[in-house]
Amino acid sequence: MTEYRMHLLICGGTGCKASESDEIKNRLNKFISDSGLQNDVQVVATGCFGFCEKGPIVKVLPDNTFYVEVKPGDAEEIIKEHVVKGRPVKRLLYTDPTTAKHISDSKGMDFYKKQIRIALKNCGFINPENIDEYIARNGYEAMGKCLTEMSPEDVIKEVKDSGLRGRGGGGFPTGLKWEITRNVENEQKYVVCNADEGDPGAFMDRSILEGDPHSVIEAMAICGYCIGADKGLVYIRAEYPLAIQRLKIAIKQAEEYGLIGDNILGTGFNFNLELRYGAGAFVCGEETALIHSMEGLRGEPTFKPPFPSVSGYMGKPTNVNNVETFANIPVIINKGATWFSNIGSDKSKGTKVFALAGKINNVGLIEVPMGTTLREVIYDIGGGIKDGKAFKAVQTGGPSGGCLTKDMLDIPIDYDNLLASGSMMGSGGMIVMDEDDCMVSIAKFYLEFTLEESCGKCTPCRVGNKRLHEILEKITEGKGEEEDIERLNELSMVIKDTALCGLGQTSPNPVLSTILNFGEEYKAHVIDGKCPAGQCKSLLRYDIVEDVCTGCTLCFRNCPVGAISGERRKPHYIDQSLCIKCGVCFDKCKFNAITLT
Amino acid sequence: MAKIKTLADLRKIKEEAQSKIKLRENSDNPEQLIQIKVGMATCGIASGAKDTMKYLVEELEQEAIDAVVTQTGCMGYCYAEPTVEVTVPKKEPVVFGYVNKEKAREIIDMYIKRGELIDGIIPVNFKTIDE
Amino acid sequence: MDTVNLTIDNKPVVVKEGITILEAASGIGIDIPTLCHMKLDDLNIENKPGGCRICVVEVNGRRNLAPACCTNVHDGMEINTHSMRVINARRTVMELILSDHPFDCLICAKSGNCDLQDMAHKLGIREIRYKGEQSTYREDTSPAINREIDKCIMCRRCETMCNEVQTVGVLSAINRGFESVVSPAFEMNLDHSVCTYCGQCVAVCPTGALTEVDETGKVIRALSDPSKTVIVQTAPAVRAALGEEFDMEAGTLVTGKLVAALRRLGFDHIFDTDFAADLTIMEEGTELLNRLGKHLAGDKDVKLPILTSCCPAWVKFFEHQFPEMMDIPSTARSPQQMFGAIAKTYFADKLGIKREDLVVVSIMPCVAKKYECGRDEFKTNDNPDVDHAITTRELAALIKLSNIDFKSLPNEDFDNPLGESTGAAVIFGTTGGVIEAAVRTAYEVHTKKELPRLDFEELRGMEGIREATIDFDGLPIKIGIAHGLGNARKLLEDIQAGKSKFHAIEIMSCPGGCIGGGGQPYHHGNVEVLKKRQVAIYQEDKNKAIRKSHENPHIVKLYEEFLGEPMSEKAHHLLHTSYFDRT
Ligand SMILES: Cc1cc2nc3c(=O)[nH]c(=O)nc-3n(C[C@H](O)[C@H](O)[C@H](O)COP(=O)(O)O)c2cc1C
Ligand code: SF4
Ligand code: SF4
Ligand code: SF4
Ligand code: SF4
Repeated sequence: MTEYRMHLLICGGTGCKASESDEIKNRLNKFISDSGLQNDVQVVATGCFGFCEKGPIVKVLPDNTFYVEVKPGDAEEIIKEHVVKGRPVKRLLYTDPTTAKHISDSKGMDFYKKQIRIALKNCGFINPENIDEYIARNGYEAMGKCLTEMSPEDVIKEVKDSGLRGRGGGGFPTGLKWEITRNVENEQKYVVCNADEGDPGAFMDRSILEGDPHSVIEAMAICGYCIGADKGLVYIRAEYPLAIQRLKIAIKQAEEYGLIGDNILGTGFNFNLELRYGAGAFVCGEETALIHSMEGLRGEPTFKPPFPSVSGYMGKPTNVNNVETFANIPVIINKGATWFSNIGSDKSKGTKVFALAGKINNVGLIEVPMGTTLREVIYDIGGGIKDGKAFKAVQTGGPSGGCLTKDMLDIPIDYDNLLASGSMMGSGGMIVMDEDDCMVSIAKFYLEFTLEESCGKCTPCRVGNKRLHEILEKITEGKGEEEDIERLNELSMVIKDTALCGLGQTSPNPVLSTILNFGEEYKAHVIDGKCPAGQCKSLLRYDIVEDVCTGCTLCFRNCPVGAISGERRKPHYIDQSLCIKCGVCFDKCKFNAITLT
Repeated sequence: MAKIKTLADLRKIKEEAQSKIKLRENSDNPEQLIQIKVGMATCGIASGAKDTMKYLVEELEQEAIDAVVTQTGCMGYCYAEPTVEVTVPKKEPVVFGYVNKEKAREIIDMYIKRGELIDGIIPVNFKTIDE
Repeated sequence: MDTVNLTIDNKPVVVKEGITILEAASGIGIDIPTLCHMKLDDLNIENKPGGCRICVVEVNGRRNLAPACCTNVHDGMEINTHSMRVINARRTVMELILSDHPFDCLICAKSGNCDLQDMAHKLGIREIRYKGEQSTYREDTSPAINREIDKCIMCRRCETMCNEVQTVGVLSAINRGFESVVSPAFEMNLDHSVCTYCGQCVAVCPTGALTEVDETGKVIRALSDPSKTVIVQTAPAVRAALGEEFDMEAGTLVTGKLVAALRRLGFDHIFDTDFAADLTIMEEGTELLNRLGKHLAGDKDVKLPILTSCCPAWVKFFEHQFPEMMDIPSTARSPQQMFGAIAKTYFADKLGIKREDLVVVSIMPCVAKKYECGRDEFKTNDNPDVDHAITTRELAALIKLSNIDFKSLPNEDFDNPLGESTGAAVIFGTTGGVIEAAVRTAYEVHTKKELPRLDFEELRGMEGIREATIDFDGLPIKIGIAHGLGNARKLLEDIQAGKSKFHAIEIMSCPGGCIGGGGQPYHHGNVEVLKKRQVAIYQEDKNKAIRKSHENPHIVKLYEEFLGEPMSEKAHHLLHTSYFDRT
């Protein structure tokens, strides 16, 4: 057995693979063997490190050197300089944005300082395609402990005591859900893992499945043991090929070891797993729609009750949990409910993974204890707003959530606080907006999404959202009237009150919360005909200041639609009815004679 | 792959597998571990740093001492190569010169295990690579 | 039985556990409006997608409003069905539906009979605050059904009928979001699908999205053409339902007024499909006895059970779905087509006119009959045996159009020779009727004895699949009955699996049989209407002097003068047919 004295971990997640992490890995290996170090140095493709802003990332162990934005061309230098000569490649180190210093050890990076990794503990650490590495990290120990030392009731009690709540959005207590499913009598039950992850910009679940698939498999088996199910199904969207591949490999390896299958660890417990593929419709993440989709029917929600726990897949009791929810389970069993419940806030225990995106310096995947404030996430971990702009709002909960403003930055993030502030936890998308973002357009963006993703079954969502979107469109096109704001409010309330499933019940949230928090901005659009953020093109106006214009004709010659007229050496004039607000004239004019209002 | 039939089987595999990723585990919490850096630039390698490093890794492993052995670039004491920097938790780093196998043995036995200072310490006015 | 206590609109009520708010409210006379929901109790048909959201009510302690149609009651519930919040939501939802609906009421086939229109009226919608884009789709027409799905409100009733009840599976929701609509897969034409034209989708569609192909114009044109002799036949189920179109109580028999109206419309001879039904019994009954005889004699090539074949949607169904079993149904044509074949030969000869100058119009409870009369095997030199099939509803429209005050019409009689019929023919209009009529004749032919009784209660009812054993003087004949194609499928699968114990099976596509046909006055989800029509049919049977087909004097005469005997070569040529594999 070879023991490598040096490990090079390279991110093999979807994002980094897109930026050639495979090629980097090949080259690293090539130069390692060129230097005759193949027995000393090991290159491991791991799951996501989270710091996607600067991917691909190569981490050199044991010295914990953290290289960012590595290109295939850098492989040679990393091997020849760092590995052979022990001289870190400075130009590839991460530069602290505030101190402008290179930081070599990832522990010193603000991005990681405030994070606690439970669900992501193995992501970026082990090779997800090697079950031994998972086992080395206590893998399947929790399952072993449950099967041999604990009764299903004990396990459920542990999960209940831990305070773990569903990470798929609803925040329902996981232990309680297991108990309910356990108490429904039926010979056949199912465990379903919801890996549909449809929020725009979210990739928490994908990263867990890519970086640590066994944790989910192990947890599903534990769940099966608790509720009395011998069959598990992972519903995963087909657009996640890498996660699917890793899961398949993991299932195969676990089967080969007998860690899933029949008579696991000689205890007589059977558990088999299958994958089911979703076509990538957001609404299929809703559990009843998900179940119908797995049954081969149209992915469309049905009224609850009955809840899946009572009548789910094929009419059998079915426990549906989210990927991240499952990933917490083995740790809870291994370290105990008390350990887990000591992390987090009063009613929200443990950590939450967020996908940080938008106008923020450190875009990426983070895991923080519940109760961390938005400010810590955005400024300490996220490194603040891009290009030194001013923070405006942050949207949590994806298209179902709302936006939170500057005044709410010190709110400790947990299920209840977010709900109370007019947003929600959702599955963990967090999109940061800066002063250049128009909040009406943001609301419109989210509605566009729900509009596309509505299943069309119920009237309020099918037609109501369309009408909301039309009104928003009217406003951003400068055709809004003052009454439109009230119309938006009223219609939103009815949609929330009457829609069938969670999608429709929450789809107006972005509209309501932007009206509530940025009402002035709406008014500016409909009353003053202005978009304060300068995003709504139709509300922009380019004018030529007569006194300044020299009549050079430059703008006239460059206007793509011929909206500018005027004689040489005489002031020019923009025909507003023709202008498409492209801004070419503004950029071209050498005399600053063109104004933008 | 052989089937894992009992929890004991699983734990056995775990132990075997753990050694393979120990390096990673350890470097996750370096501040609690003994850190040893071996100067491994051209000058170091020429004067046998590789052997020293290998010896240190093997011996520490043998004695089950949790330590992270890494290589670093030239420390600027080429005259005294191979050089080794040892950081014991909560203590200042100490640099030893002319570390061959015997010296390495001595470092392990005296400095690391008992905390006794030994000969060959190079005065500490240097910077580590992490400037 | 466990009960729960709750209050609805401040009225305390005690109801059965497990029922819905909608049911609980209706029990105390509170009529919560619904649009997509439909429940036909005795037929086991329910459409409950909870999609329209018209029936929302306020439940104390609940975050959002609850759909009454799919929320079960529980103890201590406090429900308000018309609070301001509810009314506002309900009206807003209605406005939203209307905002995506063409404003075609004045020229819509459904106007006056439209559940959506009624609901808009009931909710007092006077303005639509949220106007916007309307979804548009291609119109689709077929030999029997028009689809104008711009008017579809996604109630999914048709989908339930086509998939769950009929198990044909043509219609389903396609597309997503605002573009969603119910349609054949890939928005293909109905004509290219495996649709049976049973018309059950049409029967339940609350709007004008699905309607029959209107042929009243063609009938008017034929009636006003002096060179044509126009005769009409009217199916048994029509007389038990037509009155509803003129605000008469469901189940009112209007046979005499129907004849009078047809005469006033200008038809030259008013005949009865019932005559052809008697003829069908002669042929089909003989075929049954032939097959049975051979079977009892040990002939292994003979297949039993024999299946009835008078329902064209059922014929198309097995041609698509069970082509390997096409030798099991009787080869007898449907009464409509038997009538046409006799009319254009025997009767045209009697009148001394060419078949081209004789126009045969049929009044049917059914839309599939429109398709049937267009089938090539029912044409001679391109001239169809039946020229136009119009539905009960279309006839009502013609009567109204022609300024006839239906209610005050006198009762008149059918013309001869094709207007005379027996009680056996009348009961063709309901599930179980065809086989009962066949039994009445087959028994006497087989046993050469007179039947001790005429009413076979064991064959009657609304149960989806029924079975009975009739004693043919020592020979037990096992009879199966299915109505609704889903039920038919079950019996067919049994036959396929070799598990069927029946000698003869009657199959009707429409729940209830023809009384529930796709061309009948709309029942608007009220199953009582169907049941009353059924009662009327059996009443008409009782009213008849002759109740056995083989005793119909004009039938006897037809065989003497023209056909020879049942299953003769001539009869075979004119009254039997063959089937085609449509897979
Ligand atoms: C429109 C909609 C989309 C959803 N999408 C997801 C999803 O992508 N992943 C997920 O785990 N849960 C999703 N959910 C929540 C699920 O319905 C369900 O509550 C969850 O899978 C339960 O798991 P948990 O208790 O572990 O959170 C969605 C819900 C709605 C209403
Ligand atoms: S709320 Fe939207 S997604 Fe949910 S059932 Fe209604 S139409 Fe479908
Ligand atoms: S379907 Fe009904 S509401 Fe629509 S146009 Fe026709 S009559 Fe009017
Ligand atoms: S006519 Fe019958 S088979 Fe055809 S679409 Fe309608 S319900 Fe389905
Ligand atoms: S076509 Fe008619 S019955 Fe079918 S869903 Fe649309 S409105 Fe309902």
